[in-house]
Amino acid sequence: MKSGNSLVRARDLHVSFVSRDETVKAVNGVDLDLAEGEVLCILGESGSGKSVTLRALMRLNPKGKTVMSGALTVAGHDMMTLPDARLSAVRGKVVSMIFQEPMTALDPVFTIGRQITETLIRHEGISRKEAEQRALDLLELVQIPSAKRRLGAYPHELSGGLRQRAMIAMAISCRPKLLLADEPTTALDATVQIQILLLLRRLQQELGMGVIFVTHDLGVAGEIADRIAVMYAGRMVELGSVGDVMAKPLHPYAQGLMGATVHAGTRGRRLTTIPGAPPDLRELIPGCAFAPRCQYAGEACRQRMPDFTYPVAGRAVRCIRAQELAA
Amino acid sequence: MSDLEQLPDRGGPAQPLLIVKNLAKHFPIGSFLSGKQVVRAVDGLDLVIDKRETLGIVGESGCGKSTASRLIMSLIAPTAGEIVFDGDLVGANGGISLREYRRQVQMVFQDSYSSLNPRLTIEESIAYGPMVHGEPRGKAAARARELLEAVGLNPAQYARRFPHELSGGQRQRVNIARALALRPRLIILDEPVSALDKSVEAQVLNLLLDLKEQFGLTYLFISHDLNVVEHVADRVLVMYLGKVAEVGPVEEIFRAPAHPYTRALLASRPSMDPSRRRTEPPLRGDPPNPINPPSGCRFRTRCVLARAVCAEKVPALLRQGDGHETACHAITPNSGYTESERIAA
Repeated sequence: MKSGNSLVRARDLHVSFVSRDETVKAVNGVDLDLAEGEVLCILGESGSGKSVTLRALMRLNPKGKTVMSGALTVAGHDMMTLPDARLSAVRGKVVSMIFQEPMTALDPVFTIGRQITETLIRHEGISRKEAEQRALDLLELVQIPSAKRRLGAYPHELSGGLRQRAMIAMAISCRPKLLLADEPTTALDATVQIQILLLLRRLQQELGMGVIFVTHDLGVAGEIADRIAVMYAGRMVELGSVGDVMAKPLHPYAQGLMGATVHAGTRGRRLTTIPGAPPDLRELIPGCAFAPRCQYAGEACRQRMPDFTYPVAGRAVRCIRAQELAA
Repeated sequence: MSDLEQLPDRGGPAQPLLIVKNLAKHFPIGSFLSGKQVVRAVDGLDLVIDKRETLGIVGESGCGKSTASRLIMSLIAPTAGEIVFDGDLVGANGGISLREYRRQVQMVFQDSYSSLNPRLTIEESIAYGPMVHGEPRGKAAARARELLEAVGLNPAQYARRFPHELSGGQRQRVNIARALALRPRLIILDEPVSALDKSVEAQVLNLLLDLKEQFGLTYLFISHDLNVVEHVADRVLVMYLGKVAEVGPVEEIFRAPAHPYTRALLASRPSMDPSRRRTEPPLRGDPPNPINPPSGCRFRTRCVLARAVCAEKVPALLRQGDGHETACHAITPNSGYTESERIAA
């Protein structure tokens, strides 16, 4: 499935939100590569810049107050210079997105079938009749029971799990090369979450899509990712295969995050916590953003942001002590 | 001497702190045209919480766990059933008055922001309850500061702030401090960490376990997150569509779940090991609508073991072992299950 072609390539990507009173630096120099057919999970807490990075790939951040810099190409399209008029040709056909809350992402006044057929007619230029047939096939593909009847349903008439399936159907309707998923299972019940994760994994393999999946949940990443990128304060701090990162995280923040995650086997033990709070993105400190909370931090960490080091093959860590922490 | 000390243990250690008997809440819905319908949000709930233990309630959305917490807190009036607190019937003649009961039972909600008054400072919010119960302002404020200290917030720094000036984790600490202000014996925690980031969740869970020791508390801990419940609870109660599916000690339920729903719920947890990923979902579909729940066993529409008898009779909770009870025909002797015909799930 994997070819060497790069589907997403970001270099030194910066995104900040500017208003009259303040500038919030949400993404501060992200390098990102995604191969075709690869699943990358961006793991981070609120305010880490993971959703903003994702939205930047589709240029969905609010126009007018968003300032972007760096280089960003998605499937050969230069997203930094692409004129607004041509964005709609890229959105949907090349890259599309699913969101955490399908109720707000779907239009409440149109039926599911209408929303999918409109998308198909608009992007694929096919007749209504053909589009209706394709919509039915799509609902069956995402395993919505009694699909024919569900085409005529409004979003509020569906359960949470079915709504999420309908949104996935709409997102993949034009066979995008890249699917962006922003915490799509966070609002779902446990028994439904695993169904949606398995569905996404199957669709990803069948359609050969590249997927970037944003989550704060380590367990979810473990079920779906090929690679994991851990974000903190708008920067990637660790990159590696899902097995490596989950078995032995190297960056002190990634280690703290895993130690703080409740799982089977933590019962009766005190959870290790990360002291302090995430940094204020309005006033970034010069050195490593995690240094004030890091038990290993030294003077050098506060001087300048460490570059990526590669302590083990296939792994990248932004920590000057990565080598000794890996040992 | 303040009159707001924790009230003494009346019933002795063997008397459960809270007994809930046959509690039910039916919400009427529908209009003149569509006819009367009821949502059976909680339908015949029995539970016992011993002193100084943590009872966890788990279940999916719509299973009635939050309605149950509001019923136990007496925030809504039950359709049927009774609550006994430390041997006294709540709100009845000769029992404990609602005012006294509410002093001893406090609650922490999921949404840390909407559960604080945005126009009161942190200190005022925490002191509010004790003042309602007759404590002088100065004394209540002093206690608020003590409690801020106890939940790990520096009073000099935070007491005068407003809720919007705090982070989610800090606000949840304030909510916990406020719940402690009346020196309660039971605290109902309704998804207290669900809205928090993982690293903050760990801090708050550690804090809750510390406070339980420090103040001699009993917890009713409601969560959809099985990992969190396994971490904090002594016993766990599994709810499905307003009914109890299974209840028992945490170790036993997580090691050997007896109800097919509990098994599916546990198997739905991400594996935390990418080399052993799930390949099949343990359950298909979403939980059914509680407006017209399935007849008989409410889980039968999603159950792989379902047979004809499951649609006919409601399974009763059956004792399986020490404190372990399960409501399932398939494991109940003489339930008619073995002779019954298979039905497609």
